[in-house]
Amino acid sequence: MSSEVTAVHAHDEEHESMTKGRIWKVFFILLGITCVEFIIALWLVPKGIIAGNIANPIYIILTLFKAFYIVAYFMHLKFEKMGLIMAIIVPILFIIGLILVLTNESHYWIVLRHILN
Amino acid sequence: MSVAVSQIDEVKTGPWAGGKSPFNVEYGKMMMWFFLLSDAFTFSSLLISYGSLRFSMPHWPAADKVFQSVPGLLESGAPLVFVGLMTFILIMSSVTMVLAVEAGHRNSKKEVVTWMILTIIGGFMFLGCQALEWTHLHSEGFWWSSIPTNPEKLGEFFNKLANGGLVPEANQVTSAHAFANLFFTITGFHGFHVFTGVIINIIITVNVLMGTYEKRGSYLMIEKVGLYWHFVDLVWVFVFTFFYLV
Repeated sequence: MSSEVTAVHAHDEEHESMTKGRIWKVFFILLGITCVEFIIALWLVPKGIIAGNIANPIYIILTLFKAFYIVAYFMHLKFEKMGLIMAIIVPILFIIGLILVLTNESHYWIVLRHILN
Repeated sequence: MSVAVSQIDEVKTGPWAGGKSPFNVEYGKMMMWFFLLSDAFTFSSLLISYGSLRFSMPHWPAADKVFQSVPGLLESGAPLVFVGLMTFILIMSSVTMVLAVEAGHRNSKKEVVTWMILTIIGGFMFLGCQALEWTHLHSEGFWWSSIPTNPEKLGEFFNKLANGGLVPEANQVTSAHAFANLFFTITGFHGFHVFTGVIINIIITVNVLMGTYEKRGSYLMIEKVGLYWHFVDLVWVFVFTFFYLV
C-alpha cells in the first residue's frame, strides 16, 4: 500500500506534463492523421493522383504515427523509465520482423501457384 | 563505532541491483503493461495471418465495395463513412479516458465519474455501430465460412473479375471465404475486448462512486483500466487500416 502511494507521488511529479491542453493536442493530431487517410482513400486514389500501391505504405506509416501518439502520450509510455519502455518496445520489434518474413513467404505462395498452374 | 561490512552485505542502491524498483511503476500497472504486450501478440498473430493470406491471393474483395453502406441511411455509395464514424467514436472515448486519468491525478472524484461515464457511453456507441455493421454484412451473405451464394452478387465485391468474366473464379471464391472468416474473427475479437473494457470501466466507475479510491488515496486504478482502454483503441487503429484502407 505505502509503496503504491510513493509510486503515485513520484509519478505525479513526472506527469505534470500531460495537461488537458496536451491531451486535446494529441487528439487533434490523431483526428488530423485519420482525415489525411480519408482524403487519400476517398479522393486521391479514386482520381488516380496516387496509385494504390503507393497509398498502402503511406497508410501504414500514418498508422504507425497514430500508434506512437496513442502509446507515448495516452498510455504515458514516453514518461516511464527507459527499462519499461524497452521491455514493451523491443518485443514489438520482433513482431515487425515476423510480419516481414511471413508476407515475403506469402508472396512466394503466389509465385508457387503460378508455377503449379 | 562502525562495523566493517563485507562487500556482499552492503545495501544495494542501484535500480538493477535490487535497491529500488527499476521500472518505478506500481505492480498492478506493470502487470497491465505485460498483459497488454501478450494481448498485442495475440492480435498480431491474427493480423499477420490476415496479411499473409491476403498477400498469397491474387484477388481480394475491395474494401470500398464491401463497406459502402451507412446502416439505416444509405444502402451504398458511401465507402468508409460509417467506419470513419466508428473510428471517431473510439478515439473520442480514448480522450475522455485520459481526461479521467488526468482528473484522477487531481483527486477530483466528480470529474473522474463524469469522464468515465462518457467513456462508457463511447464504448457502447462503438459496440452498437459494430453490431449494425455486422448485421449489414450478414444480410449481404457474409458470415463465418459463408459468402453471398449468388455469383454475380459476389462479383460486385471485387474491383475487377479475373479474365474479365462476369462471375468470380475459384480463387476469388476462396479469397472471399478467407476475407469473411478473418473479418468476423478479428473484428469480433476486438469487439470482445471493447465489451470487456466497457464492463471493467463500469466496475471501476461504481468503485469511484463508492469512494474506494478516495479511501485508498490514489486513483491509480483509473490509469490501469485506462491503459487497457487505450490498447483497445490502438488495436482498432490497425484493424481500421488493414481492413478498410489497404
